[in-house]
Amino acid sequence: MKFAVIVFPGSNCDRDMYHAAKEVLGEEADLVWYQNSNLEDYDAILLPGGFSYGDYLRSGAVAATSNVMNQVREHAEKGKPVLGVCNGFQVLTESGLLPGALMRNKNLSFMCHQEELVVENNETMFTTDYEKGEIVRFPIAHGEGNYFCDEETLAELKANNQIVFTYKNNPNGSALDIAGIINKEGNVLGMMPHPERAVETLLGSDDGVRLFESVIKNWRQTYVTNA
Amino acid sequence: MKKVTVYVTLKAGVLDPQGKAIQESLNSLGYEEVKDARVGKVIELNVEDGPDLDARIKEMCDKLLANPVMEDYHFEVEEADKA
Repeated sequence: MKFAVIVFPGSNCDRDMYHAAKEVLGEEADLVWYQNSNLEDYDAILLPGGFSYGDYLRSGAVAATSNVMNQVREHAEKGKPVLGVCNGFQVLTESGLLPGALMRNKNLSFMCHQEELVVENNETMFTTDYEKGEIVRFPIAHGEGNYFCDEETLAELKANNQIVFTYKNNPNGSALDIAGIINKEGNVLGMMPHPERAVETLLGSDDGVRLFESVIKNWRQTYVTNA
Repeated sequence: MKKVTVYVTLKAGVLDPQGKAIQESLNSLGYEEVKDARVGKVIELNVEDGPDLDARIKEMCDKLLANPVMEDYHFEVEEADKA
């Protein structure tokens, strides 16, 4: 399986994402600079964390207008997996690929520590290797991870089972403790916590490995087994 | 040339932790009369005049300058300074 890690000016988790896909999972992966990208040959797109464009205007807002996001949109429309983590999640909401917005943390602080998450939906292509209700430990590292949307959207997220991860102890004020959501079609996942930084027990947790393994397995089942 | 001033504010009902911190700071300075504070943004644009100026500014706000999920906006258009 071939992963593209999109690198914007100001991305800083791109290497972690690349490391997870390439070295931990042993799959093909490329760091793709946002300007000279051709995403056609990639099976999955990873939007990494960081501070694209210095978080100018709103976090993720400027990156969301870049040309590469049109390609990400086309890729998503084909049903291929897109994972946005942290700033990548912010880029996905800003570009309209996911509903809602990420606002300043309730306590106004940048927070960087491990959080316990609850796997709310294990039927997505990103989470089949988890148990429903399982508690996993991923690091968070954000100042603007406070998920917000209107009541109507929130009800829709619930009704469609689009809430994939919630915080056990909500650190940032997110509505319904939301840590990660998926689009209705089930192939675009955005989350504030970092699965790519939870891939080695030496570094605190390897709970993130199964997220990548789920994607790979499900992709193989769809595109290789049936080929 | 026109000077366009775009005001972006948080929607009513959206929590504004920054505003809350400002209100509390003002209260602690002795300005007890401040009961609420909301923080927004002002964006100034110098724009060449054209027939659909207003519509285009509105488009810019919807596409980039404001996030309709959590923000409202309004703008004012005036003659740009000749300076």
